[in-house]
Amino acid sequence: MLRVAFLYALACLSLLLSGCSDPGSAGREAAGQTKIGGESGRELAARQVLRRGNGAEPQSLDPHKSEGVPESNLQRDLFEGLTNDDPELGIVPGAARAWEISADGTVYVFHMRENGRWSNGDPVTAQDFAYGLRRSVDPATLSNYSIMLRPILNAEKVIAGELPPEALGVRAIDDLTLEIRLEAPTPYFLGVLNHSSAYPVHRPTVERYGGRWARPGRLVSNGAYRLKDWVMQSHIVMERNPYYWDNDNTTIDEVWFYPIENQSTELQRYRADALDMTYDLPFRQLGWIRENLPDELVISEYLGVYYYGLNVTQPPFKDNVELRRALNLAVDREILTRQVTTAGEIPAYGYVPRAANYEQVVPEWAAWTQEERVAEARRLYEAAGYSRDNPLKVQILYNTHENHRTIAVAIASMWKEALGIEVELVNEEWKVYLETRRTKQTTQVFRAGWIADYNDAYNFLEILHSQSGLNDPGWNNPQYDALLEEAARENDLERRAELMHQAEQLVMEDVPVIPVYFYVTKRLVKPWVGNYRPHVQDFIQTKDLEILKH
Amino acid sequence: MIRYALTRFLGAIPTLLILVTLAFFMIRAAPGGPFDAEKALPPEIEANLRAAYHLDEPLVQQFGRYVLNLAQGDFGPSFQYKDYSVTELIAAGFPVSLRLGGSAMILALLVGVTAGTIAALRQNSRTDHAVMAVSMTGISIPNFVMAPLLILLFAVTLGWLPAGGIGDGSLRYLVLPVISLALPQIAYIARLTRGSMIEVLRSNFIRTARAQGLPERTVILRHALKPVLLPVVSYLGPATAAVITGSVVIEQIFGVPGLGRYFVQGALNRDYTLVMGVVVFYGALIILFNLLVDLVYAWLDPKVKYA
Repeated sequence: MLRVAFLYALACLSLLLSGCSDPGSAGREAAGQTKIGGESGRELAARQVLRRGNGAEPQSLDPHKSEGVPESNLQRDLFEGLTNDDPELGIVPGAARAWEISADGTVYVFHMRENGRWSNGDPVTAQDFAYGLRRSVDPATLSNYSIMLRPILNAEKVIAGELPPEALGVRAIDDLTLEIRLEAPTPYFLGVLNHSSAYPVHRPTVERYGGRWARPGRLVSNGAYRLKDWVMQSHIVMERNPYYWDNDNTTIDEVWFYPIENQSTELQRYRADALDMTYDLPFRQLGWIRENLPDELVISEYLGVYYYGLNVTQPPFKDNVELRRALNLAVDREILTRQVTTAGEIPAYGYVPRAANYEQVVPEWAAWTQEERVAEARRLYEAAGYSRDNPLKVQILYNTHENHRTIAVAIASMWKEALGIEVELVNEEWKVYLETRRTKQTTQVFRAGWIADYNDAYNFLEILHSQSGLNDPGWNNPQYDALLEEAARENDLERRAELMHQAEQLVMEDVPVIPVYFYVTKRLVKPWVGNYRPHVQDFIQTKDLEILKH
Repeated sequence: MIRYALTRFLGAIPTLLILVTLAFFMIRAAPGGPFDAEKALPPEIEANLRAAYHLDEPLVQQFGRYVLNLAQGDFGPSFQYKDYSVTELIAAGFPVSLRLGGSAMILALLVGVTAGTIAALRQNSRTDHAVMAVSMTGISIPNFVMAPLLILLFAVTLGWLPAGGIGDGSLRYLVLPVISLALPQIAYIARLTRGSMIEVLRSNFIRTARAQGLPERTVILRHALKPVLLPVVSYLGPATAAVITGSVVIEQIFGVPGLGRYFVQGALNRDYTLVMGVVVFYGALIILFNLLVDLVYAWLDPKVKYA
């Protein structure tokens, strides 16, 4: 009997103590037996298998039907667009080896690679791309993201069902030459071609299997990898595509993607050496990670902004710019990023993050001390008709997530302390929150975020165009709309950037949104994953990585 | 008995129909739709999608369509997992859930009945107190707390077992999820068995058996165990329901690709057909299992009459 009690006590004790023990010791001890990368530090492991955490279960592997980041990660390995994106070089040739752009910026001619091959050995042709682009905008495909191809001539009309897919401004001149005509010059268009909605699909396969072609044993792809296995909710396995044009420079033989939505679960699997790379990290365990796994923590700039939207169609923010400015100034972004979010997020004083060919707006008050900002905020707050005796009562709406709640609590206390505002936090489940936000009836302040689809400031600014379906603050500024519309037609990059810069300045003056911080990607990467290079849009392609000896 | 089973089976049809009706209108009443996303769809694209999934029809018409398809065994297409039908998803997830839940139930019965019997035979001894203390712990600690602790100890710290997933499908991947799922059931069954065994051992027929000089082992195994198991068998219905609902959490924590994960993801994504499919499937399963439990109960206790 005593023995049973003792064993039970021991088990309980070890459960408690395990929280303080050296993390993942079993795996690291094993790894520690060999120097990572061998004596040279570059020696490769005999087994080239990568295991990646990948967030949610993909909706589909059909590039024209999916929309999320997890799907993009998978499709980036399976498919290749006309262009590709390198972390350091930016847009580089993909399935097309070269291209020419007409002087007016509306006609693109792409030259395909002669050695481009599908995973079944068929040649990748200009016709494949023309078919893929037409299929993507065809309403019958039910693509969620075909709108990305809007710059192509007639794309919007085809998507709306007003023109047939054949009317799309795409033409295969011959097997290796593709012409794409645009509605207007679109400087970011080469980046769009690296989006899944612009990937090619293998016509005979799609026609043979219909809506169920994107499955193991059927899916034919033109990227560095081909689909080997897919166990729903468990894992997706890809193996090297031996026909890929750059297969000789690809090192990893097999990649396993694991859909793990819970970040704590993912961290535990990483610590148990079941993953080489995580998708994300739990906010609350960053301190522990910094202390215990500092060499494996990779934090890098991510093209996205976390902001608070203000519903300007309803009181108290309707026609009350002083109040909106006061709230904006009273948010201490330094404290928030340093002590609340803590992953190295960048305080956002302007709305657009550091996008390509664009000079960010930095308002004058960004150089002030927080005391100076608060003093100005108080002045504006009183000018708006509020005071400590007559405080603003406002609701912050956020979707259920620990991080959003923590940030909302911090901002509420900043507003309370600086201005005496009484804040009520309203938490809603994701889909409910989206609907509430969109109806613009009851929302006052809501949390929001935007991650770029393509590396261009326009992607952020277009949200706030009065006709945008994403304009949840309900802001309507004709001057802003005119600047954006002019920028959309402008072929001169410098002039275009200047127009967008002016537009962003209007946002900062009118404050329909309060930028809080610019995102960073945060993940753990095992020391034996070689050649890992952070990308501003988090495009991490397996073909660029390698597994070092360990 | 066959007539009884048939009557119960037919009686289950209206129950299922009520379940389908309630579930259908409840999920539709939830705010937010399957196509709502941060990056909102252009209206024409959303209209296409709504038409393709018949969401543009009046709700009653949609319900009629759903019931008609269901009667033909068609659960419809998944809104979220676009290349798959709900039937395919259930067919993929259920064997995994069955393996997990079935193993947990078998483990719970074996360990629970044994521990409860030992505790009852040594009533008020240290063994009894120890078994009851462990049971109390098992009941008190929810499995969403227990599971991460087990992972931390056996996967992260000791490296003995996998931290999650199903890997190559080998048994070692099942150990931690099964234990996490079985622990509360072991505790309940142990307590039930102990109480029942103490009561039965005090009854006249046991006293008679002992007076006849039968060995204690025979008294326990041949005479006492059958009536002792009656409350345990009664508990199997709720236990199955508990294992099914518990597996939703456990499958999420361990990344086990069972039906539970589809249920959670389906509800969050407003994947109407997927949620309905899992609800109807689980509902039918629970009804069927309760029927089986009643039949086993009647077999164990001759006093029960089929009516």
